[in-house]
Amino acid sequence: MSNNPLLPESVGLYSPYTEHESCGVGFVADIKGRPSHQILSDAITVLENMEHRGATGSDPNTGDGAGILLQIPDKFFRAECEIRDIELPAKGAYATGVIFLPKLPEDRHILETMCEHEVNLAGQKFLGWRDVPRDNSEIGETAKLVEPVMKQIIIARGKNTRPEKFERELYFIRKKIWLKINKTEIPQKNYFYICSLSNKIIVYKGQLRAIQLRNYFLDFQNPEVESAMALVHSRYSTNTFPTWSLAHPYRMIAHNGEVNTLRGNVNKFNAREHQFSSKKIGDKLKSVYPIVAPSRSDSATFDNALELLVISGRPLPHALMMMIPEAWEGDKNMSETKKAFYRYHSSLMEPWDGPSAISFSDGRYIGSILDRNGLRPARYWKTKDGRIIMASEAGALPVENKDIESKGRLQPGKIFIIDTEEGRIIEDSELKEKYTNQKPYAEWIKENMVELSSLAKVEPTFEFDDQTLLVQQKAFGYSYEDIKAILTPMVEQGIEATGAMGIDIPLAVLSDKPQLLFNYFKQLFAQVTNPPIDPIREEVIMGEQMLLGAEGNMLVETPEQAIRLSIPRPVLTSCELQQIKNISNDNFKSKTISILFDKSDKFYGIKKRLTALFREASAAIKEGYSIIILSDRGVSEEKAAIPSLLASSGLHHYLTRKGTRTLASIIVETGEAFELHHFATLIGYGANAINPYLAHETIHSEIENGNIEVKDYETAILNYQKAIRKGLFKIISKMGISTIQSYCSAQIFEAIGLSDELVQEYFTATPSRIGGIGIKIITNEALQRHALAFPKNKTSDGILATGGNYKWTSKGEFHQWSPDTVNLLQQAVRENNYSKFKEFSNLINKSKGNFTSIRDILEFRKRKPIDIDEVEPVESIVTRFATGAMSYGSISKEAHETLAIAMNRLGGFSNTGEGGEDKSRFSKEENGDSKRSRIKQVAQGRFGVSIEYLVNADQIQIKIAQGAKPGEGGQLPGHKVSKEIAKTRGTTPGVGLISPPPHHDIYSIEDLKQLIHDLKNANPEADISVKLVSEIGVGTIAAGVVKGKADHILISGYDGGTGASPQTSIKHTGLPLELGIAETQQVLIMNNLRERVRLQVDGQIKTGRHVVIAALLGADEFGFATPALVSMGCVLQRNCHLNTCSVGIATQDPELRNMFKGKPEHVINYFNFVAEEVREIMAKFGFKTFDDMIGRVDLLETAGIKHHWKAKGLDITSILHRPDVPRNTLVRHGLKQDHGIELALDNELISACRNALSKSEPVRFSVDINNTNRSVGTMLSSRIAKKYGMIGLSENTIQIDFIGTAGQSFGAFLAKGITFNLEGDANDYVGKGLSGGRIIIVPQEDSTFKPEENIIIGNVVLYGAIAGEMYIRGQAGERFAVRNSGAKTVVEGIGDHGCEYMTGGRVVVLGDVGKNFAAGMSGGIAYIWDKSKNFRKQYNPEMVELFDVESDSDIEELKTLIENHKSFTSSTVAEKILSNWDDSLSQFIKVYPTDYRRVMEGK
Amino acid sequence: MGEVKGYLKYDRLELKKEAVESRIKHYREFLLPQSEEDLKTQGARCMDCGIPFCQSGCPVDNLIPEWNDLVYKNKWEDAAKRLLSTNNFPEFTGRVCPAPCETSCVVNINKPAVTIKNIEKAIIEKAFKNGYIKATPPETRTGKQVAIIGSGPAGLAAAEQLNKLGHSITVFEKNEVLGGLLTLGIPDYKLDKSIVQRRVDLMKAEGITFKTNTNIGKDVKISQLKEEFNAIVLCGGAEDPRDLNVEGRDLDGIHFAMDFLRQQNRRNGNRTFVEAEISAKGKNVVVIGGGDTGSDCIGTSIRQGAKSVVNFELMPQPPTERAAHNPWPEWPSIDRISTSIEEGCKREFAVMTKAFVGKAGQVEKLKVVRLDFGAPDPKTGRRAMSEIPNSEIEVGADLVILAMGYLGVVRNNLLDELQIAMDKKNNVNADNNYMTNLDGIFTAGDMRSGQSIVVRAINEGRTVAESVDKYLSELKTG
Repeated sequence: MSNNPLLPESVGLYSPYTEHESCGVGFVADIKGRPSHQILSDAITVLENMEHRGATGSDPNTGDGAGILLQIPDKFFRAECEIRDIELPAKGAYATGVIFLPKLPEDRHILETMCEHEVNLAGQKFLGWRDVPRDNSEIGETAKLVEPVMKQIIIARGKNTRPEKFERELYFIRKKIWLKINKTEIPQKNYFYICSLSNKIIVYKGQLRAIQLRNYFLDFQNPEVESAMALVHSRYSTNTFPTWSLAHPYRMIAHNGEVNTLRGNVNKFNAREHQFSSKKIGDKLKSVYPIVAPSRSDSATFDNALELLVISGRPLPHALMMMIPEAWEGDKNMSETKKAFYRYHSSLMEPWDGPSAISFSDGRYIGSILDRNGLRPARYWKTKDGRIIMASEAGALPVENKDIESKGRLQPGKIFIIDTEEGRIIEDSELKEKYTNQKPYAEWIKENMVELSSLAKVEPTFEFDDQTLLVQQKAFGYSYEDIKAILTPMVEQGIEATGAMGIDIPLAVLSDKPQLLFNYFKQLFAQVTNPPIDPIREEVIMGEQMLLGAEGNMLVETPEQAIRLSIPRPVLTSCELQQIKNISNDNFKSKTISILFDKSDKFYGIKKRLTALFREASAAIKEGYSIIILSDRGVSEEKAAIPSLLASSGLHHYLTRKGTRTLASIIVETGEAFELHHFATLIGYGANAINPYLAHETIHSEIENGNIEVKDYETAILNYQKAIRKGLFKIISKMGISTIQSYCSAQIFEAIGLSDELVQEYFTATPSRIGGIGIKIITNEALQRHALAFPKNKTSDGILATGGNYKWTSKGEFHQWSPDTVNLLQQAVRENNYSKFKEFSNLINKSKGNFTSIRDILEFRKRKPIDIDEVEPVESIVTRFATGAMSYGSISKEAHETLAIAMNRLGGFSNTGEGGEDKSRFSKEENGDSKRSRIKQVAQGRFGVSIEYLVNADQIQIKIAQGAKPGEGGQLPGHKVSKEIAKTRGTTPGVGLISPPPHHDIYSIEDLKQLIHDLKNANPEADISVKLVSEIGVGTIAAGVVKGKADHILISGYDGGTGASPQTSIKHTGLPLELGIAETQQVLIMNNLRERVRLQVDGQIKTGRHVVIAALLGADEFGFATPALVSMGCVLQRNCHLNTCSVGIATQDPELRNMFKGKPEHVINYFNFVAEEVREIMAKFGFKTFDDMIGRVDLLETAGIKHHWKAKGLDITSILHRPDVPRNTLVRHGLKQDHGIELALDNELISACRNALSKSEPVRFSVDINNTNRSVGTMLSSRIAKKYGMIGLSENTIQIDFIGTAGQSFGAFLAKGITFNLEGDANDYVGKGLSGGRIIIVPQEDSTFKPEENIIIGNVVLYGAIAGEMYIRGQAGERFAVRNSGAKTVVEGIGDHGCEYMTGGRVVVLGDVGKNFAAGMSGGIAYIWDKSKNFRKQYNPEMVELFDVESDSDIEELKTLIENHKSFTSSTVAEKILSNWDDSLSQFIKVYPTDYRRVMEGK
Repeated sequence: MGEVKGYLKYDRLELKKEAVESRIKHYREFLLPQSEEDLKTQGARCMDCGIPFCQSGCPVDNLIPEWNDLVYKNKWEDAAKRLLSTNNFPEFTGRVCPAPCETSCVVNINKPAVTIKNIEKAIIEKAFKNGYIKATPPETRTGKQVAIIGSGPAGLAAAEQLNKLGHSITVFEKNEVLGGLLTLGIPDYKLDKSIVQRRVDLMKAEGITFKTNTNIGKDVKISQLKEEFNAIVLCGGAEDPRDLNVEGRDLDGIHFAMDFLRQQNRRNGNRTFVEAEISAKGKNVVVIGGGDTGSDCIGTSIRQGAKSVVNFELMPQPPTERAAHNPWPEWPSIDRISTSIEEGCKREFAVMTKAFVGKAGQVEKLKVVRLDFGAPDPKTGRRAMSEIPNSEIEVGADLVILAMGYLGVVRNNLLDELQIAMDKKNNVNADNNYMTNLDGIFTAGDMRSGQSIVVRAINEGRTVAESVDKYLSELKTG
């Protein structure tokens, strides 16, 4: 791998397509466009000060990449060319760019010649080459290994090229060179890369650390190198592979973020290519297809697409607005003109969806755009001398305070642009005003776009009587359970069904029952590199609308482009479909094509029919049909249905390959789809709309027969649609996608159990890593379903079979947890009877040909046995065991404490889960037992995560995702929040709690690195663990996480338990642990990172055999939850979410808790049994120590699948792959991470506070601070908490005065007794987890800007704060006081999503408030000074009510806080308010959560 | 499904019974039906468990949570459909089943179980009453002929299942009446014979041919059947009673339970019998054997007007609650007070009859000894039994009924003619498909498995039907 400057090819489970990156981005620009060397130097300083946002791998000197984009420094190059005797034309009439070239001289020579040739061929003039002078003495060995030669090509504009066409010519030259070189067989061609080729800008970049850039490129030391703007980027990638070209900036952009819908965007872009035509460009365009170069970087791809839009004539800001639109669908405050603009463009292109902060420049404009969600920080300072400094962090470039004119931030969905020619900043509103009025978009839409609702109405009709309905249901695989457990809640309550306790049935490919094709696909989800979003509380950004009909030519803007049929949602009623079928208008002619096949064709039926129907569709498109309806109506004795997903995805890919995909929409009219996963897969694989007619018929019949309780059919359908809408939003949002349009064809799935051949043809580019079934087996499964509906003897039992996917039933799907296994395990642990345990484990391990998971088809290779006495004892093996994260709240106190006692006695680990832990459990019991959970979980809700909680951990686990519902939040309804639970969670009894889907302080990998740093500071002795869920790419993520300094990683299987989760998530999201751990192991080894981390796995691990297999695949440690619960008495009622657990485990009901009969001994017996079984296997295979087994994949092989009709197609060699690394590479844990906390500022603080800590002696001193000082105060607080708990020190014992710009997490988890006075400003996460301390931030004394109009602190301030105070003189960014549960604060303005999920505390805002204020806010009170009368438009009314501030106690409280604010910060705003108190008071609005009010006022 | 927390809200409600003094005056069923409202709340007690242990406790895999819920929701017809999909004769099991479902009900871990058996009976009775049950003969016939020998629950279930699949079924019964032990063994007060007749009539209407008074092997040669039928299913039961071969066994007044019960059932059905009359009227009765059959003998003796009834059981009195080594969801070995015992009977546990003593060939008393049981063997759980020295007593009796279980199949001409293979327990040997050593000849029910309960016999019938159907479908028609 190391001789190739590209990412390694796919090998084992590693795929380069799973790579992620993230970064720090920034720029410095002179608004008036005055070039200087200082701009360049300052920009590099910005980069250097964000070094901590980048990362390094095992080689500390090899960075992930850094680079800079600047204007071509004409003066400098002119001089350089003169030396070389190159005659340089005037500025702008020549172009240049840095080109990476091979090391091999002969290869290099060929490529250079090719470049020269191409330039001349294009009618431009090749002038010469300049070696880019570099000093590589500082860069790392890994980087050096593939360091390219860098040369600058110099080109003069050809005589026949008009100046304004030059840029476009250069674009074609670059593209053509690339295409040609790619086709050659030159050995080192992969070195070749053109960083930029422009007559305006130049990009320098490489696989460097941020601090290496300045010295690596010698040009930067020359003062002649001047630019009016410089854009910098430091990359944090998830790998350590040498990839010089993947450094940013690209030709136009530097990107901090991730395009989640990339696959769909690229597919659609490629499909649209066939329709491209542009007068501006002419015919040449086709010669450089594909426009989007096959790349492994979303940013590079985005750059390619953007470039084309610009080259073809759209101004850069316009193109960006098209690719990253604001959230417009649900925005009530947006102007119609602007909406029309976005709507029009939505008919040309779907959003490139995902969290993004993009900085861009074309040499004239420089600016940034933030996606609709605003999940990346972007702060800027404007100086009085006319410069803009924009960066991911404030303070990255030190500027004298007096020189600052204003401090701001980029807001969600907004663009910020500097026009250096006009010499001014163009505000978002002005810019958008300009582009949205450029064309009469609203008129175009009005005249051309057709709304579904405007079509002639059709009355509902129902085709099936009860008997036929039953036959159809059977033919499409419906079960009784499907209707009762899945469909009914959707229709009755408008919600998706909830389940509990994970999944223990076979993977579709291992199941003996015929499976719907949908079941072979698992939904993917965002973790770490990209946050999931909250589709409920942040619904404002979600979009559901779809457009049907032919797309036009994206490169031009004409009214005809808007000729589309707009449908409000992708799942249509049968009436709506009929409306579409009835359209006579030529623009929307629809053709219905049957996807039924002849039963008589047997196993060839589907293949034969598909081939024919693809042709039919193609022909129809040629004839001008723009809507293709694939229909499986009419199933009969002779005709069976092709799986709808196979037909529609197959057609989608067929048409995409043909280049005609965008000329027609695909609607799937199917009896098969009825639940969310079905809809999600269909849409994800390209269906533009779906009509689930059989679901509708079923609903109708269930109503008629009185089985569904709902007012009428109409209500039922509305509920069904509501459930689908919510469910689909949940599915897409867990990937961080916010519009269905972008999700469509984005293929956010991994297949498991499908053959490569099948995937290639019908689900192109879907990862499917273990092979599997092909079209014949799919046909077989379809025929089996069909046979059930049409039995030979024609006698029907008149009922639908139970099913048994969700619950065990005798004749249903196989479950590992069965009456027998539960009973045996319980008897074994209660009687301490190992032979009964063996009966249990034999049932699990070899359940008579019933394969459930991948481990069941693995077998150990023979090895020489040893005597069992030689094997490591049970006592040491059990220390590798942990129980899963189950909160006190999800399970009862009794159950929670029993687990803790058991694990502590064993020396294993128990886990608090996301619910805090009562402090009484931190000290030992009289009998020596301990109820303290050694693992303290830090999850999205941050419940009970105080400094005291953290210092009482041996391991702190950051839960990124949970196997049963990755990417989703949780909810504890108010009635479950008892007094005790509220106490441990630091909230109010009776008030519901919401745990958000993302960690609001982890939107990307560098954020995770920061949180790890925070937590390590909070407890330097504890290991920091990161919990991930298995899916494709988890290994890559894990590599990034190790680079982020995690000590421990947990890889969870998808099938693990849960207290409550949507059934879709339990069953269809995530992958088995075998794939996760194997991939993680492989990628970590490839990156030489494995030894730095301990790997734990969980997910239906039950027996010693399971443990050994996981160890051989690479795990050091093992997590168990369900079997531990079963040992305590759980009988898998799977009703945890109903609080009815009759064995006292998953309940808070005192009567039920009394029924708990579990004992620590039961749990201990279980774990000892597992360890004993491990020992038996170790003895049999000759291992003395557990460590020796870890990572020995060579000892596994496939077994027993030959005779299984489906499993026989599986190929698990990728799981058993061992990366080709030196034999002595350690493949298990063995090295401590270097957290660098000894360099933290807190070391100084602690030593200055020595006497305060030991003797409570007051101390006050001052310290300078800058943005590289992160998590300041956290380690100091941990010292206090260790000694004094939450009680801390008395007020103001420690007072520290800081001056400067504080780095991230200033005052995180600050303990009581500490007061931080900061003069200056601060970055994100100020006061995170505040634990009683006080933070005061004011601008520096010599500042001249108005604090209340400027951004003083960053995003996500006071996240999860528990107690303490904070006073901010100035504004804060987005998501202020998210999930605050007790802190009191005053601030002078905040961004979007303020007080989201807040459960307690007081927030006073003396200024403007952004959008979506108080979403999900269930407790606490906010007081808003609504001077501008704007607030009522900004807040989210779902959970709160607004009042005047009237009661004496409220007035008193508010006044005291404002008085405090004034006295601490000298705020002039506070002064003004207080001086005119009565008038001001009337301008305050009290935001009072309904739930909280009910509890507080006893209502 | 069910009602959330229903099991906490509502108590288990047993069926009310006619008072002892009045019910012992007749042979009719005496359990009183529950109101719909009560049934609904009883259904609401079901927790719809993730693992319905009740279902796994039920030999025919009844879809218990599903129909509990349907009853709770007042959907009786749907409940009946789902009930009948797994159980051919819920009207029998709803009356006579010992209900292992209830002892494995998850509610039963900490609370009284859901009244599954009562709900089952209510569903099927309502279904008959409301006319949901109609004869539905198969649309088409396969032309395959199947003979079923024996019309007990196994034979009937096999017949019904195979008939549904379109095969032509003839059931042969050696007695004058159909139903086997259902009709001639179980007392009327537990299962009224009109209930059996109702089912038989329905099966006839669906096209099944019944031939009573036809003892195959005696009246008809099996070889003849083999020619006429494509498959034969032997469901002849396991009617060989265990005897007590002690001194005085040949005295008069000592009878096997089934001889006693059969007579009473014939009497109730106004049918004649040729054997000498056995009556408990005015007698001191001793019933040996503490099982269900023993219980039936007690109830029948009381109804016949016995002077006293004593019940002997070899084993010690079981505990009233589950023992630690016998945890949920296992079948609990606990002391069960049957309705017959309620009706008045003295029970003696851990006693063994050593001899019968009589005068003039008529039994007068039993010599019995008390037994001691040692601690359970840690491996087998068995307890060593020994006689307590000097504990002999004598118990007076005019009528002794032996209800000590069965020893397998009664050998007869049929089996001899076939030269059928038997297993060690004296049952007919069969493979996994319930086929005997003879091609096309199957067996099911007690005849294959040994003596058991009705619901298992139904399951045997259903299972053999599947195998027979498969056998027939693979049969080359000729």
